[in-house]
Amino acid sequence: MFARGLKRKCSEEEAPADPLQRQSLLDMSLVKLQLCHMLAEPNLCRSVLIANTVRQIQEEMTQDGSWCLPGPQTAGRLPRDRLVSTEILCRSARAGPPQAPDPADLASALQAVPAIQVPGAVPAGPWGRAGPGESRGGFPRSLDQVFDTLESHSPGTVEELFSDVDGPYYDLDAVLTGMVGGAKSGPEGLETFASAAAPPPGTGCKADLGELDHVVEILVET
Amino acid sequence: MEEDIDTRKINNSFLRDHSYATEADIISTVEFNHTGELLATGDKGGRVVIFQREQESKNQVHRRGEYNVYSTFQSHEPEFDYLKSLEIEEKINKIRWLPQQNAAYFLLSTNDKTVKLWKVSERDKRPEGYNLKDEEGRLRDPATITTLRVPVLRPMDLMVEATPRRVFANAHTYHINSISVNSDYETYMSADDLRINLWNFEITNQSFNIVDIKPANMEELTEVITAAEFHPHHCNTFVYSSSKGTIRLCDMRASALCDRHTKFFEEPEDPSNRSFFSEIISSISDVKFSHSGRYIMTRDYLTVKVWDLNMENRPIETYQVHDYLRSKLCSLYENDCIFDKFECVWNGSDSVIMTGSYNNFFRMFDRNTKRDVTLEASRENSKPRAILKPRKVCVGGKRRKDEISVDSLDFSKKILHTAWHPSENIIAVAATNNLYIFQDKVN
Repeated sequence: MFARGLKRKCSEEEAPADPLQRQSLLDMSLVKLQLCHMLAEPNLCRSVLIANTVRQIQEEMTQDGSWCLPGPQTAGRLPRDRLVSTEILCRSARAGPPQAPDPADLASALQAVPAIQVPGAVPAGPWGRAGPGESRGGFPRSLDQVFDTLESHSPGTVEELFSDVDGPYYDLDAVLTGMVGGAKSGPEGLETFASAAAPPPGTGCKADLGELDHVVEILVET
Repeated sequence: MEEDIDTRKINNSFLRDHSYATEADIISTVEFNHTGELLATGDKGGRVVIFQREQESKNQVHRRGEYNVYSTFQSHEPEFDYLKSLEIEEKINKIRWLPQQNAAYFLLSTNDKTVKLWKVSERDKRPEGYNLKDEEGRLRDPATITTLRVPVLRPMDLMVEATPRRVFANAHTYHINSISVNSDYETYMSADDLRINLWNFEITNQSFNIVDIKPANMEELTEVITAAEFHPHHCNTFVYSSSKGTIRLCDMRASALCDRHTKFFEEPEDPSNRSFFSEIISSISDVKFSHSGRYIMTRDYLTVKVWDLNMENRPIETYQVHDYLRSKLCSLYENDCIFDKFECVWNGSDSVIMTGSYNNFFRMFDRNTKRDVTLEASRENSKPRAILKPRKVCVGGKRRKDEISVDSLDFSKKILHTAWHPSENIIAVAATNNLYIFQDKVN
């Protein structure tokens, strides 16, 4: 009875199908996760909910086969291996002095992303001056992840992606809105309402501006 | 839900009136004490402000006990955890009053990591005429003391002092989301994202861990504790809610570590409403026992539910708070509003429940008549002592006069924290940096 006054749009959105919409939701979620990850102590509830959403999307994509996996290396793997691990978001929960990246961690993180692996293609490079986030050991890796995910629908080299690091600063909302807008599949796609775009990213992702810029750049280039 | 017009008439007055709003002024918790005489607020700046209801005066009938500032103190300061190299915010997450046992008042306040017990007491006399120190408190040279006198108490202007009596620190790795005083009045619990600890008020250097849901491997973490509360009468019973929309009731008599619940409240998912956001919107942001102890109320993103302690498989009542947002979930996820933690409260007789929404709207649901009303806490749209008009949000179609369309709701104005006087129809509503107090219309 509650749905009576609502437009059909409502059920459209809730239908699991639209692959573009699902992909943009996945992208958005991964960006949120990365931003969480830059915080020393992220809002754990929010991180867990986003991670579960990502898992859910990935599981669904795996089931309907749209989880395209180029490269033979991933062919025989179980889907579970490729799901984003919560550990990626919650590293700081067991925070401590900067840790050397655990090779096993790295491996699992790379498995977690649905794209071509680019071994060694993302060295210190532009991230060399990434600021305090880097000292926590998780940051470069997380960007790899964003990069890899986005790369799946925008071929391009790392160099291209990072070529314009001094470009204009984009506010996160604008970026996300733009990203969603770009992936719009039609009039029933993900809409954004002006008033909602006004407040800043709320839950306190006070990310280092430099780091944010980098994420933004990647997205804008895409 | 019917289209309701609740004819409840409510007077209002507002107490805080900052012409500028800083982040630190944002109210983060509101709580009446057990008699309703005092109302405490905590803010993001770590301050606690206590309001006291003024005595009723017979010659001013329309002024029925307004609340005035009684005491203000800095409860928590920003800190730095050098071990983890991170800042600890001073923001007050929760305040809970202890039942009054003597002339002084006691309350617990907590930020993300540390709970403090504060004593708030009045002083209207001061001692004078000490022998060993002068009136300014400086020690006197004993050689100059030739006579002894008896110190006396002299009246002075009333002073309200807040003094920290206990500091309960170093027991939480994650962020404390709830504190709850037990009905034995000797213990309380503090809950963070993954653990719940039990404390004795007299002991600050140790606490007992009563719930721990932290997986050995954090990669397997899929659920967190979102709120917890003791039963109002049974000191062995408490509940906690989770990000998966479930509530667990635990009995501390069963075992020291309550990792096995006694009751598990969960509603089966409605397949017709399934979406990627199902789990996020079912995450429980607040859980409250009714005063009677028979029911528990939970708030999730779109609804308030009332559960009977004797029925675990579904709530006995479900109220839609702002169902028109169901079609906006993607945008609300995008701008992070979907993670807002709305709280909920019971009225004194457990017959009405109240919770907040966006656009400075808050909702009340009458459990008996099934009527509901949307009201607005705003300075622009209501004058002091004016009667609040019910508001209505229109979904699609034509917008009638006095209605506001979903698309013009202001999502930066959210009412997360409210409180209801324990026995009267007086409510306190925190809207960003403003505190509104509304009461039933005086005849």
